[in-house]
Amino acid sequence: MSDESIKKFMYMNRKAPYGTIYALEALEVVLIGAAFDQDVSLAFLDDGVFQLTEGQNTDGIGVKNFSPAFRALGDYDVNKLYVEKESLEARGLAESDLMELVWEDEDDDWAEKPSIKVVSRDELKAIMGDQDVIMSF
Amino acid sequence: MKIGVVVNEGPYTHQASDSAYQFTKAALAKGHEITRVFFYHDGVNNGTRLTVPPQDDRNIQQRWTELQKEHELDLVLCIAAAQRRGILDENEAKRQGKDADNVAEGFRISGLGQLIEAGIQSDRLVTFGD
Repeated sequence: MSDESIKKFMYMNRKAPYGTIYALEALEVVLIGAAFDQDVSLAFLDDGVFQLTEGQNTDGIGVKNFSPAFRALGDYDVNKLYVEKESLEARGLAESDLMELVWEDEDDDWAEKPSIKVVSRDELKAIMGDQDVIMSF
Repeated sequence: MKIGVVVNEGPYTHQASDSAYQFTKAALAKGHEITRVFFYHDGVNNGTRLTVPPQDDRNIQQRWTELQKEHELDLVLCIAAAQRRGILDENEAKRQGKDADNVAEGFRISGLGQLIEAGIQSDRLVTFGD
């Protein structure tokens, strides 16, 4: 049985990165939460999949492009980013359209490993069912 | 059961704050413990004492303040979200060189860590938002 003081936290991201502040403020929760030594994962579905797209440019809307902050997540041991396959496909996106996010596995000679895992809706459902706390943004 | 409540929308525009209030009240009536009510995103606007709703409408802020007094609830406004939206307590107003503060009685301002802590310490964390 796992340590009872560690809970499984999942942050669900369902909204586009710009247009509303939900995505940015969700990431702020993730970064603060990383200091609490919990078992953290992120899920991206619906328009939330746009948050991870490569090459975001916000020059035209005068809003800060916060997508580089996702690259820091690996350093905070936040390395389980689940992206729903159906949401990608519905928007004409593929895994190759997403940023390459990696983390270093200290148990494997600091090998760089991908943080993003594309999963089906059914797989995501099972992962969600395994969580203690789900915060939806 | 220990229940944490998260309110992610402001008053009047969205139902979320009303639902969170009704839920909190009902949970308390059933004997559950509310570990904390955390206001995030536009939810921090529930904690301004300067709202003046029409007299024949509910006063959402006032309702929270009264429920807090009755049950010693911990009503927490996220500081980062609050500062963006012009919700300041006396200390913050002073620190930021502003000429007024507007946090309502019964609410306090604190950090996002309080949200994570509510998730850790509660049996259930219930989110109200869109």
